[in-house]
Amino acid sequence: MMTQLLLFNVTNGLIIGAFYVLMALGLSLILNLSNVINFAHGGFLVIGGYIAYAISPYVGFWGALLLAPLLTAVIGLAVERVLIRPLYGRDPLYSLLLTFGLAFMIEDGTRFIFGPQGKPVAIPAFLAQPLSNELFFITGYRLFMVAVVFVAVALLFLLLRYTRLGVRIRAGTLDLETVAALGINVRMLRSLNFAVGIFLAGLSGVLAAGQLGLEPTMGTGLLMPSFIAIIVGGIGSLPGTLAGGLLIGVASGVTAVFFPAASEAVIYVMMAVILLTRPRGLFGEEGMMS
Amino acid sequence: MTAEPIRKLIVLAAIWIVLLLAPFWMVPLGGYTALATRVLVLGLAAMSLNFLLGFTGVLSFGHAAYFGLGAYGAGLTLKYLALSTPLAVVAGMLLGGLCGAILGMLLVRRRGVYFAMVTIAFGQVFYYIAFQWSSLTGGDDGLRGFSRQPLDLGLIKLDILTDANNFYYFVLFCFALAVGVMGFILRSPFGRTMIAIRENERRSRFLGIPVERHIWIAFTLSCFFMGFAGALYALVNNFADPRGLHYSQSGDFVMMAVMGGMRSFWGPLLGAAVFVVLQDYLSSITVNWMSFVGLLFILVVLFFPRGLLGFFQRSKA
Repeated sequence: MMTQLLLFNVTNGLIIGAFYVLMALGLSLILNLSNVINFAHGGFLVIGGYIAYAISPYVGFWGALLLAPLLTAVIGLAVERVLIRPLYGRDPLYSLLLTFGLAFMIEDGTRFIFGPQGKPVAIPAFLAQPLSNELFFITGYRLFMVAVVFVAVALLFLLLRYTRLGVRIRAGTLDLETVAALGINVRMLRSLNFAVGIFLAGLSGVLAAGQLGLEPTMGTGLLMPSFIAIIVGGIGSLPGTLAGGLLIGVASGVTAVFFPAASEAVIYVMMAVILLTRPRGLFGEEGMMS
Repeated sequence: MTAEPIRKLIVLAAIWIVLLLAPFWMVPLGGYTALATRVLVLGLAAMSLNFLLGFTGVLSFGHAAYFGLGAYGAGLTLKYLALSTPLAVVAGMLLGGLCGAILGMLLVRRRGVYFAMVTIAFGQVFYYIAFQWSSLTGGDDGLRGFSRQPLDLGLIKLDILTDANNFYYFVLFCFALAVGVMGFILRSPFGRTMIAIRENERRSRFLGIPVERHIWIAFTLSCFFMGFAGALYALVNNFADPRGLHYSQSGDFVMMAVMGGMRSFWGPLLGAAVFVVLQDYLSSITVNWMSFVGLLFILVVLFFPRGLLGFFQRSKA
């Protein structure tokens, strides 16, 4: 029984961790290249989820899974172009405040359009079944979510490793000035990078909608753990963010078995311990944080 | 005397006259004294944040935590320890300041966005503690069951619970005290050093200034002021709320400072006044006030990044 409970919570933790990873990777991409803490990232998750809800009657679940993140990325591109681009090169305070206000508007806007009640998103029937009676908590959908996250993360790392865009993003993270001096359109680079980050937020929105249902406030709860995933993994390192997200997911899952009240607090404790013993984070490079 | 100090003196006198007479002009204008008290307390909080933000150039986005700690410190003291208003205020200030001092040590090496990120995350720690520890803090419902106590001045007892004007003047007295100390620090060599760090950290370091230690002291002082303001806020409401520690409250404080003018000493007070009155008004006319507050954030950032005072000063020049 105990092992089953433990297994249940570890699985839960991994699934939650997968969400943190998707969110945190997008945040991290934007933070690394543009020095913008995107407070509205949770808002974009909500937009992705509600777009999926709105279009799934027409295009089905599979169509929504593909289209909703793309549409979210397009919205993100427009937001970046109009609101965030004027703030590059200014004190990071301003982009923080702006995305903070934007998060307010998105949350309130979705509430205004779709109402404050949660909305269910239908998932294909064969995914909703538990795999076996023994492991009742592992539904097909949960495995499917983890698989999608895995594929998305793998594609992201392949993109960054092997494509021209990816190489430029990584180079820009290290030294944007040199990249600009080499004749690369940095504005375009930042826009595309932002869109990739928002695509990931939209994707987590669709996945979360299928599992938890939709609420206008669902993004806010995921934002803080994603911050911590980035800090724990090491600011500036995407593999670190990946590890950090999974780690805090599992840690809060395991804590939920033994001391449920602390399942949220444990991730903050982890952050404090990491900052005390290894200030740059697990995979961070020396000096990135200062 | 040249023209500049005289002008400054006149402005200063005008500010204090406006504040001293607030109960008399607020009410005829359609406000109420409690609104003025709230502006004063939140203004003090925004000025305390700006002590760090505007004068040391360090971006803390988790300062509501120390504000909220001050509120809980005052509330818990009144509820469990002693029925004394001054003691509660001191306890709140100490709680906010000491927690700030400890966390400050973990923070001082970070800069810019990274500093902001870590301060947000650590601020949330206190939010969760207040939220989860319901046996002590009342959890989500907030801390209730205490009220501000009459002030015992030896000769007379001053009723600040039921008399809104008396309470306003008590808060104004505390405000003056805090603002006086803040101004004194900013004029001291230490304050000048803070500004030097803001202007050019590397050069300050070359001059032999221990930058980390100065930032830590500035952070700690600002947390003490923040705790002080938070304690007063608990007295205003006779209530302490976990949302007072949340990062969205921090965002409001940063907004007040930016909207008023980060580079000026009094700017955040003006920002707080505009923000509080506007929020009060918006939430009375529409349920979608959050959208409007969000829009305000965006508009201020895009069009008035130097704040109201910065805008006026530039258009005059």
